[in-house]
Amino acid sequence: MSPLKIKKGSSKHSAYNLRPTFSDVQERHTLAVLVENEPGVLARVIGLFSGRGYNIESLTVAEVDHKGHLSRITIVTTGTPQVIEQIKAQLTRIVPVHEVHDLTVEGAFVERELALIKVAGKGDDRVEALRLADVFRAHVVDSTLESFVFQLTGTPDKIDAFADLMRPLGLVEIARTGVAALSRGT
Amino acid sequence: MVVQALIDQGVDTVFGYPGGAVLPIYDEIFQQNSIKHVLVRHEQGAVHMAEGYARSTGKPGVVLVTSGPGATNAVTGLTDALLDSIPLVVLTGQVPTFMIGSDAFQEADTVGITRPCTKHNWLVKDTEKLSATIHEGFHVAKTGRPGPVLIDIPKDVQFASAEYQPMQKVSTSHYQPVIKGDPKMIEQLVEAIENAARPVFYTGGGVINSGPAASQLLREMVEATGFPITSTLMGLGAYPASGKAWLGMLGMHGLYEANMAMHGCDLMINIGARFDDRITGRLDAFSPNSKKAHIDIDPSSINKVIKTDIPIVGDVAYVLEDVLNLWKARGRKVNRDGLAKWWKQIEEWRAVDCLKFKQEGAVIKPQYALQRLEELTKGKDRYICTEVGQHQMWAAQYMGFEDPNRWMTSGGLGTMGYGFPASIGVQMAHPESLVINVAGEASWLMNMQELGTAMQYHLPVKQFILNNERLGMVRQWQQLLHGERYSSSWSESLPDFVKLAEAFGAKGIQCSDPADLDDAIMEMINYDGPVVFDCLVEKHENCFPMIPSGEPHNKMLLGDAKATNAIAGKGAVLV
Ligand SMILES: Cc1ncc(C[n+]2csc(CCOP(=O)(O)OP(=O)(O)O)c2C)c(N)n1
Ligand SMILES: [Mg+2]
Repeated sequence: MSPLKIKKGSSKHSAYNLRPTFSDVQERHTLAVLVENEPGVLARVIGLFSGRGYNIESLTVAEVDHKGHLSRITIVTTGTPQVIEQIKAQLTRIVPVHEVHDLTVEGAFVERELALIKVAGKGDDRVEALRLADVFRAHVVDSTLESFVFQLTGTPDKIDAFADLMRPLGLVEIARTGVAALSRGT
Repeated sequence: MVVQALIDQGVDTVFGYPGGAVLPIYDEIFQQNSIKHVLVRHEQGAVHMAEGYARSTGKPGVVLVTSGPGATNAVTGLTDALLDSIPLVVLTGQVPTFMIGSDAFQEADTVGITRPCTKHNWLVKDTEKLSATIHEGFHVAKTGRPGPVLIDIPKDVQFASAEYQPMQKVSTSHYQPVIKGDPKMIEQLVEAIENAARPVFYTGGGVINSGPAASQLLREMVEATGFPITSTLMGLGAYPASGKAWLGMLGMHGLYEANMAMHGCDLMINIGARFDDRITGRLDAFSPNSKKAHIDIDPSSINKVIKTDIPIVGDVAYVLEDVLNLWKARGRKVNRDGLAKWWKQIEEWRAVDCLKFKQEGAVIKPQYALQRLEELTKGKDRYICTEVGQHQMWAAQYMGFEDPNRWMTSGGLGTMGYGFPASIGVQMAHPESLVINVAGEASWLMNMQELGTAMQYHLPVKQFILNNERLGMVRQWQQLLHGERYSSSWSESLPDFVKLAEAFGAKGIQCSDPADLDDAIMEMINYDGPVVFDCLVEKHENCFPMIPSGEPHNKMLLGDAKATNAIAGKGAVLV
C-alpha cells in the first residue's frame, strides 16, 4: 500500500502481466498516475502523449498529498491493448512518476466528473430544463430570469446525456472538470 | 559548489564552452586542478565528445555550456545520447531567476526545449538544492536505461552560496529501476534454450551499457550453449568478432547469414536490443516462426513493436547470470541434433560470402580501404568511431570488434558530425590508444571545426575519410528508389583536406592509388598527432547487402543485384 492507500499497481512489472496485446480493439482506460509535485511534471506527461501520438480523452491533476509533494493525475485514454500497455510503460519511465495504476484492469472503480452548464431560455423550455435538471439531480447554482447555471456530478456519460438534452432547450456554455477516479473497496 | 559536486562524482573531464551565464562556474574551474576542462569549438561537439568519453569508459560524460545558443546547440547531441542510451550530465547556464520569462539576452526555455530529448532535466532555482540536484542527476543518468540529463542553473543561483550537500547525504530518489529478472520467466527461457533446434542470440547496446560483466557472461553463455550470435550496430564488440559463433551484424545492411538466421530461427533471444526498424524490416514477416525472449532493463521496450513470448525486465548482467546458473544446475542441456543441422544451414548461408567484392583497377574501393585499415590496426589498443552514411555501414561490416566499448557510432539518431568529436572524447579518456574515426567527407565537414580542439589538447585522433565526393548513402537511396535522379547528393566545392589539416597545424595525407594505401595508412598510424586522411574512393559504390525498406529479412539485396528502382510500392514511404 502506498501512503495514499491506493493499491500498489502492476506498473513496475507491466511487461509481465500481459493481456492479449496486438489486437485492433480500441479500449478506454482510466489511469491514475501518482507524480512528484514539481514544476514541469504535467508538461512531461502531456508531452509524452503528444510526442508519441497517444490519445487523451480527459486529464485532471491536483495535489493530493501536500507533505509528500505528490499530485495525482487521472487520465482517460483510448487505444489498442498494445498501445495502452506502452502508455503505462512509458509513463513509468518518467523520472518523477512514482506509480501508475490502470484502474480499468485493477478491479472495480468509481469515476466522477463535475460540470457547470449554462442554459438560457424562456417559457416552456425553461420549465423543461428545470424539470430535467431535477431528474438528473443537477443543482441550480446561479439563476437569472432568462438563464440557469446547473451543477451536475456524475460519470462522463451522464454529463454527455444531460448536455444533449439541454441543447435544444438553450444550452449556452458548458465547463467540465474532467474525470476523477478511485478504485472501490479498501 | 558545482565543481565540488563534480569532483565527488568522480568526474575528471568536462567538455564545454563559456558564456555570460556560466562565468561563475568557469571561475571555479579556473581555481582548481582536479577537473580538466576541454574547450571545444561548438557546443554540439562538446556533447558528442562527452558521448565518446562515456561510451569508451562506461562513465557519464559531462558538458558545461552557456544559456540560450549554448544550450540550443547542445540539443542534437542530447537527442543522440537519448536514442543511444548514453549517460551524460549536461550543465547549462541560465539567465538569473528574476529575469526568467522576460525574453532576456540569451534566454531560452532550456528545460522546455530539452524535455523531450533528455531522460530528465531540472531547473535549479535555489542554491540550497544545487548540489543535491547534481548528485541526483548523476544517479538518474547512470541508473536503469542510461541517458542524458540536463541541469539548468540560473546565474544568481551560481553566485549565491549555500551549504554543500555531500553525495552520501543525498537520498537517492525513488527512481530505482528493477534489475533482477523474474525467476518464472528466467525458468521459461532456460527451458526454451534446452529445447530450441534453431536458436539465435540477438544482442544490442544494452549488453554494453550493462557493463563488462554482461559481455563476459554473454561470451560464457554463447560458448557453453554453442548457439549462433548476431548483434545490432550498437552491440558490436560485446561478443568478439573472432568468436566462432559470430554471424556478424544484422539488420538493413547486416550480413546475409545473420539476417537469414533471424528469419529462420525457432528461438530468438534478444538481449538488450529493441527491435528497431533498421533490424526488423517488415514487421508482419519478421522471424515468423520463432519464440521470442527479450531481456531489457526498460519495460517500455518490451512488446513495443514485436510481441514477446518470454519478457524479462532486468539488467542484462543480472539476468544472464541467473539464466546461466539455472541452465547449468539443470544439466546444461541443449538440442544437439537440432543445433548441428542449424549450423549446417548457417554454413550454407555463410558460403554466399555476402561481403565479397573485387578490388581491381586504379581506384580504391571503400570496402578495400576498410579491409586494409582493419588488417593494419587489428590487435592494437584501438577505438573506432564513425560518422553516418555508407562508410559507417562498411566499417561495421569490414572491421572486427573484439571487446565492448571500442566502437562508437551514432545508431539511433544517425547524426552526421558525430564521429569526429566523439573520437576526441575517446582520445581524452584513452590518451595512449589508437583512436580512428571512419568518416565520409560530407559528415566530417559538419563538425570539422573540432580540429582546433584536437590540436589544442594534443589529441592524436586519426580521421580516416572515405571521400566519394557524394552523400553516398543518399545517392544510393536515390538510385534504388528515385529513378537515379541524384538531387543534391553531390559533395561540391570540397576543400583540399590536406591543406585544411595543415591550416590547423595537423597532418594531411591523401591517397588515391590502391598500391599506396598500406603505406599511407601506416604513415597515419605512426604520426604522433592528429591526421586527416583523405582517401579518394570509388564514387558510385553501393552498400550491400541491403534489406530494402518494407521487405522482410529473407528478401535481401546482395551485391550483384540489379540496383536501380529496387525499392518500390509501400516500402517507398519508409526511411
Ligand atoms: C545531420 C544529418 N543530416 C542529414 C542526414 C541524412 N544523411 C544520412 S547519410 C548522408 C550522407 C552522408 O555522406 P558522407 O558523410 O559523405 O558519407 P557516405 O555515405 O558518402 O559514406 C546524409 C545526408 C543525417 N544522417 N544527419
Ligand atoms: Mg561521401
